[in-house]
Amino acid sequence: MRKVLSVGRKEMRQIARDSRTLMILVFIPAFFLLIYGYALSFDLRNIALAVDDRDRSVESRSLIAAFVNSGYFRLVADVRSSDDLTRLMDRGEARIVLVLPAGLSRDLAAGRTVPVQLLLDGDNANAATTVMNYAQTIVLSESARYRLEAGVPGSLPIVAEPRVWYNPRLESALFLVPGLMGYIIMITAVVSTALSIVREKERGTMEQVRMAPLGALSFVLGKTVPYFVISFVSALGILLVAMLMFGVPMHGSWPLLLGTIALFLVGALGLGLLISSVADSQQVAFQLALLASFLPTLMLSGFIFPIASMPPFLQGVTYVVPARYFLVALRGIVLKGVGLEVIGPQLVALSLYSSVVLLLASARLRRQWS
Amino acid sequence: MRRIRILIWKELIELRQDPRLFGIVILAPIIQLFALAYAATTDVRNVPIVVADADRSASSRALIARFDASPSFTVSGVVSAANDVDPFLEQSEAWLAIAIPPGYHQRLVSGQPAPVQLLADGSDANSAGVALGYATALIGGYAQELAAPRAAAGSVAVGGYEPRVRVWFNPRLESRDFMIPGIVALLLLVVTTNLSSMGIVREKEVGTLEQLNVTPLTRSQLIVGKLVPYALIGLVDVVLVLTIAVSWFEVPLRGSVWLLFGTTLIYLLTTLGLGLFVSTISATQQQAMMTTTFFFLMPMVLLSGFVFPIENMPAAIQPITYLIPLRYFLVILRSIFLKGVGLETLWPQILALAAWGVGILSLAIMRSSKTSA
Repeated sequence: MRKVLSVGRKEMRQIARDSRTLMILVFIPAFFLLIYGYALSFDLRNIALAVDDRDRSVESRSLIAAFVNSGYFRLVADVRSSDDLTRLMDRGEARIVLVLPAGLSRDLAAGRTVPVQLLLDGDNANAATTVMNYAQTIVLSESARYRLEAGVPGSLPIVAEPRVWYNPRLESALFLVPGLMGYIIMITAVVSTALSIVREKERGTMEQVRMAPLGALSFVLGKTVPYFVISFVSALGILLVAMLMFGVPMHGSWPLLLGTIALFLVGALGLGLLISSVADSQQVAFQLALLASFLPTLMLSGFIFPIASMPPFLQGVTYVVPARYFLVALRGIVLKGVGLEVIGPQLVALSLYSSVVLLLASARLRRQWS
Repeated sequence: MRRIRILIWKELIELRQDPRLFGIVILAPIIQLFALAYAATTDVRNVPIVVADADRSASSRALIARFDASPSFTVSGVVSAANDVDPFLEQSEAWLAIAIPPGYHQRLVSGQPAPVQLLADGSDANSAGVALGYATALIGGYAQELAAPRAAAGSVAVGGYEPRVRVWFNPRLESRDFMIPGIVALLLLVVTTNLSSMGIVREKEVGTLEQLNVTPLTRSQLIVGKLVPYALIGLVDVVLVLTIAVSWFEVPLRGSVWLLFGTTLIYLLTTLGLGLFVSTISATQQQAMMTTTFFFLMPMVLLSGFVFPIENMPAAIQPITYLIPLRYFLVILRSIFLKGVGLETLWPQILALAAWGVGILSLAIMRSSKTSA
């Protein structure tokens, strides 16, 4: 234990000497959460709408007005020719074009059902699906409204009444902010430790450490301690920003939340140390750190892409991404207020992960030393 | 020219001496492309739902069968009381609960509107929103089917609208076709910026920069000589990942291949220039790594429009995205792939990207002359 602490003290002194790095590690994460939490959203507002109105009647204008008044669409262009249309779509200036056929008002009056074309730019499939659902709903409800005014009970026999739990207004901030917290904490932790061992190898100071009466495990643990303190402080900053600035609620228990964060940090720092013990040069360590944390945490953790929709073999891969467990636990604690009985498995997985990476890192070092 | 050639030669020799780095730089993008491309799907398939069927009638079972038959949903449980769905949502075993109230069948038969409640787990707002949209559409379609014979019986001709959706560029709304070009751009960014950001600072740390300084090499020759070998590696990566994207994942390439390569080359200039710039302003490799990761890579991933659409961002943030070269390259890449457009549409983006590249390279050259003079 004393040995672990003295390695920690030495490392702390080294970190304190490089003030740029220390500043980045402590303050930047919370600051970034502030920016990204504010900037990012999946809520589509102001969808660029172009209209090709070939009827130019009271009815066609009222349908267009229904789109604009819904608050989701912003009228950007009035299409006059098919060249216009192609140009708009090619440049991505309109996400959706509403095509109202000539004779729309005449057909309506004659009691016919008028086809209304919705032309979507499908390049961003996710956004396009949402836009499609909005647009269809508006057209159908306008249709029902028209029938009602014509004196026919236009209501459909089954009515869907959607209700959302935990996040009633479906604000993507409430689900993105926990995801961003996991992402930023993960990157900060891995990046901070990834160079810590390999740097000593590259500079030759590793030889001195080897001569010291010190086991590989206590060396690795000693390296973890100062970074753990730093990243825990910065994680608290992140938590503060999430709750004060973004109104992330706290429905669960505090000790459980802090314990989960601590476990996740140990795992992430351990991954950095493992990378550092494997790599021979700082450049390799940097590459490995990015490859292991940067994109996988973003894409394989369930932060953005639902794990349930991935192919089975890839779902298997996600089990080695620690952020996966952290996100489930974090969302469970703060948004749903669940306790140990629900997120127990996640915490067990995180502890396993942390022990495995730390042990692997020290085993690797021991082999290099002997 | 000969001096640059010698420097390039030296860099290539150094790269060869570090076989692990070489392997990572070539293999890692391929492995990552495979993993990430399969992950990057926001298409809703097999969403687990739980049904609280308080009616237990032929009609309610017909509705459940509808959901079960749809490829978007999987019924993971049927309970009888609305309260019994709680544990399913709490433990995330279902994203969506459908509550069919008692008397559903009765109301349907007697011609009254029958309400069906949809409960979504909003802690994943994105998926919940999409799943709700699908469920609402499914119920709406089913309702219209049920209504059709009735309306015919009433035989009152009343007009209405019928939405007909047509999707351009990506008719089956495959999110993969949209995501893969983005992943390609990101992988190139990560690999090349990383290589070059360590390029000069490593020599500083090891002390060999002094030796380079006493050679008759000028600053711009130093930068160019560092740039070329990394650009070569980058090009190898480009060819590899683009080939996989087109032949394995069958992302349609509708535009010109030459335009694709030309613009990618310009993009490589910006990413490498960025790395070299970081390298000149950092004292240690650790600083270079931190600066690259936090000030360049993270904003690029999150603010470029890679996953989060720029038009959703608040007006105060949107101008910042113009500073991000990846923003332009993503538009270029996706447009060439999916829309098949050419120079006549893309020239503003290409111009912006080129300006960025030239700007950052000049900055790197200027900085390097200051720091080691």
